[in-house]
Amino acid sequence: MKPSPFDYHAPADLDEALDVLARVGPDGGKVLAGGQSLIPLLNMRLAAPAHLVDINRLTELATVEAGPGGVRVGALARHATVERSTPAAAVQPLLGQALRLVAHPVIRNRGTVVGSLVHADPSAELPAVLALLGGSVRLAHRGGEREVAAAEFFTGPMESAAAPGELAVSAFFPARPPRSGTAFCEVARRHGDYAMAGVAAAVTLDEDFRIAAARVACVSVGPIPVVVDVADACGGRPEASADWAAAAAAVRDRIEPEADIHATADYRRHLTGVLAVRALRGAAVEAAGEEGT
Amino acid sequence: MTTKLFGEPVQRREDARLITGRGRYLDDLGAGAPAAAFVRSPHAHARILDIDVSAALDVDGLVAIYTWEDLPGALAEPLPLLIPHPALTHGRTACPLAREIVRHVGEPVVMVVARDRYLAEDACSLIRVDYEILTPVVGVEEAARAVHLVHGDVPGNVGAHLVQEVPSADGRSAREAVETAPHTLAFRLDVERSASMPLEGRGVYARWDDDDRSLRVYSSTQSSTSVRMAIAAKLGLPLPKVEVIAPDVGGGFGVKIVHPWPEEVLIPWAARLLGGEVKWTEDRREHFVSSAHERGQVQYVRVGFDDDGRVLGLDVNILHDHGAYTPYGIIVPIITSTQLLGPYKIGAYRVEFSSIYTNTVQVTPYRGAGRPQGVFCMERTMDKIAAHLGLDRTEVRAANFIQSDEFPYDQGLIFQDGRPLIYDSGNYPEALRMLKELIGWDSFPELKAAAAAEGRTIGIGLGCYVEGTGVGPYEGGHVQITSDGRVHVSTGLTSQGQGHETVFAQIAATELGVPIEKVSVVTGDTRRFGYAVGTFASRAAVMSGNAIALACRKVREKALRIAADALEADPRDLEITDGVVHVAGAPSASIPLATVAVLSNPLRYAFDEEAQRATQFSGASSMDRPPIEEGQEPGLEGKDYYSPIRSTFACGMHAAIVRTDPLTAEIEILRYAVVHDCGRLINPMIVEGQIHGGVAQGVGGALYEKMAYDEHGQLLNASFMDFLMPYATEVPRIETAHLETPSPLNPLGIKGAGEAGVIPVSAVIASAIEDAEGIPIDRMPISPSDLHTLRLTR
Repeated sequence: MKPSPFDYHAPADLDEALDVLARVGPDGGKVLAGGQSLIPLLNMRLAAPAHLVDINRLTELATVEAGPGGVRVGALARHATVERSTPAAAVQPLLGQALRLVAHPVIRNRGTVVGSLVHADPSAELPAVLALLGGSVRLAHRGGEREVAAAEFFTGPMESAAAPGELAVSAFFPARPPRSGTAFCEVARRHGDYAMAGVAAAVTLDEDFRIAAARVACVSVGPIPVVVDVADACGGRPEASADWAAAAAAVRDRIEPEADIHATADYRRHLTGVLAVRALRGAAVEAAGEEGT
Repeated sequence: MTTKLFGEPVQRREDARLITGRGRYLDDLGAGAPAAAFVRSPHAHARILDIDVSAALDVDGLVAIYTWEDLPGALAEPLPLLIPHPALTHGRTACPLAREIVRHVGEPVVMVVARDRYLAEDACSLIRVDYEILTPVVGVEEAARAVHLVHGDVPGNVGAHLVQEVPSADGRSAREAVETAPHTLAFRLDVERSASMPLEGRGVYARWDDDDRSLRVYSSTQSSTSVRMAIAAKLGLPLPKVEVIAPDVGGGFGVKIVHPWPEEVLIPWAARLLGGEVKWTEDRREHFVSSAHERGQVQYVRVGFDDDGRVLGLDVNILHDHGAYTPYGIIVPIITSTQLLGPYKIGAYRVEFSSIYTNTVQVTPYRGAGRPQGVFCMERTMDKIAAHLGLDRTEVRAANFIQSDEFPYDQGLIFQDGRPLIYDSGNYPEALRMLKELIGWDSFPELKAAAAAEGRTIGIGLGCYVEGTGVGPYEGGHVQITSDGRVHVSTGLTSQGQGHETVFAQIAATELGVPIEKVSVVTGDTRRFGYAVGTFASRAAVMSGNAIALACRKVREKALRIAADALEADPRDLEITDGVVHVAGAPSASIPLATVAVLSNPLRYAFDEEAQRATQFSGASSMDRPPIEEGQEPGLEGKDYYSPIRSTFACGMHAAIVRTDPLTAEIEILRYAVVHDCGRLINPMIVEGQIHGGVAQGVGGALYEKMAYDEHGQLLNASFMDFLMPYATEVPRIETAHLETPSPLNPLGIKGAGEAGVIPVSAVIASAIEDAEGIPIDRMPISPSDLHTLRLTR
């Protein structure tokens, strides 16, 4: 469990990082941020990049900026920092709700939000959050940058739109609209494990407390986070009388879970439905409470 | 015994060192030593056609590459079959490096030595091995069908076949008793594989001293003395020129009692050949595919019983999956088939097992060593009888218990030590009474009803076991009091974190009447003690504990004799308190043990001031007898051995309350209660720690751990990401009560405790889930996904 040989680069700032990536990216250069997924892959020789570009000196990217429109998280912001950010929680509570479910505190102390997005594990919480909220990732390269919407960013399991030579410098999570609530429910084999199934939900109520918008994003049931709009299924009724069973059925119909050693496909489908109801209810209750305050 | 430390919850003396990073584990030794790494088979069953190392030769820092062809003499032969048995007609072991055929993924094929481990692994990745793929045999029932063979010369894939039968008192066979019983049941049970999985894997560091022509080997082992003998034999070295030391060992749980591992002979061999030092530290992936697993069994059970649930006949047929090789013989299925009977007297018993080869990692004992499977079988049987008759599950057990006045109780079988399975002592009815009280068994129905009213599903379960502990043949202890008053205790068996430094010191301090701070303990170092068996089978406290007590008694007797001379008193009037020998009732007439130690060794040369008292002109010795009398030895030290007639039998009963989620099928252990009887307790805190660790591993086996082999013999979960050991968050708080039924077999009246906690957990959790769900639970572990599937078939 020792990595294959690689050249190690430790750029001091963003410009230098983009220079290095422009050079080594096409040669299979990998970016090292928190390293919580990459280092095990290297040690097991499941990944053998010729170059490792360590961005941990790029402290200018260790930012969490919460504004009226949403939260922009820099590439070096650790999970724990975002999880504990009061301004971020006020603007978009789903971030904290999801981050509490990410692995364990020691991993959250080191792992980064943007790193998790670029890693694009369909079992991970943060890609589902970005997908549910319709956020985006900013990709920089030498001489320019582009903003890629979540719907285009996740392209397959462990695959994102980030091209060789590009560095994901930040991610943007849109703010919670008025009269809205969110929730994240998942079931993992052990505390902190990747979920066998998990559902992030966002619900917006109209002025009469009826469900106006309802969406879920599901983890571990497809190659990328599966976003399902269930507003119609909920039937435009208040939380207490909404047709959650129909919403769950709609979700179950849309997902394509696969079996692995931890769970059958059937169980994942069943579980996703159960969790969809729990998450939607939680989000709707929060939305109603939000209106009340 | 004037200093009462035996029985006290003395804090573990080793913990300060171990938990502040001052432990010296295998990988902490030999910094800078050249490192070995191995090319291991990626195939479960294949023939090696060619090994091409040419690309690896260019790796900077490469020292050497070895294949089977390079191994000389005995080293090229298969490794020892440690425990032969007449029923093991087709025992097979592997060569240290694969010769022609590989039989499981992970089998070592090439050894590389390089300047460091990184370079060694780089070189490994450049070595090309051509294989001809052979058909893998995976799954014990598939292997028993013998469509393909693991070893071409082992028909039916059957390594061993053994039947033991105990007829009923009126001479009827078990099968006859089952057939004619008022009630009969037949069912199949299935227990998955798991593994010891110590935090520290295996590891070997060898240092050849060319000036001294001697070899020092450090190994993360549970048996340094036997590793030493194996190395001397395999390398053709004189035994006095080989020393083996078990440094701090980060857990063993059975896997490190197997020896010599290929690496334990290859690394010393390479060190000698290269004239220096070589180190190998196992990584986690290697541990998963190259060490050992356990548990995997399929059991077919037929039981006949009367209206009260008394078992009249029990007929069990076990398919035991022992993997690709049998270095540890058939100890695991022997223990399963004998310990299966637990605290019960069964009318007539027949047990048959077939130990079957598969193209998977070999199976050798893991904490519990076959008992968890046996207990699962017996306790599932008890629950099924209760369900069939509509009786309370505790009543059925009580109806079958051996009673307190029936000891010694002969079960009529041959145990793993080759001796009769005779229980020495126990009090099973009392243990069950205590357990029912601890968990609140009788009031549970109300609790369950109240939970149901709130839409919650809960269930209660229990499991009982008897554990043969302290198996022979022997252990020894050496105790020396030096002229500074310090007490040096050594024993040959090794420690893997059990707390031996504490409990052996408690025993010595109690026996000798010295402060525990004066006592130091060394284990597993062949330089200090050459004769030993090893640390396994819950035997260390029983075996070495008693040996050390006996050695202390010799030293005490000698000390009193010398002190009596010096004090001109009768030895029978002397006591030792706080390291000072004094006349009972006259504390002023006293002499410190330190001084006794000086006097015990007549000197010509005074190496320090205190030593002057023992020199020839000091007037210390009598002129009418020699300085060392016939039959005596210089020095205040003693050695003794303890060798029991047979094993001593501990017992325990566990109960749990679980909650199952009606929708997600998640399983949560709400309460876990343990009643435990290991005879007299040396240190109740350490016994509880052992139970806690055991229960934690048991929870792993019940709810999380399995070895997910696919049909190609690939282990799909060979990492801690996918092999799910429970975290602290998955282990319930454990409520414990002790019962102390002394063993009549040994001087201290103790029984073993090391494996206890793990043994019944799968049975207990299955019992509780079955109670909650009303679905038979016949296969463990059980996951939420499994429970969901079971619910669909209800």
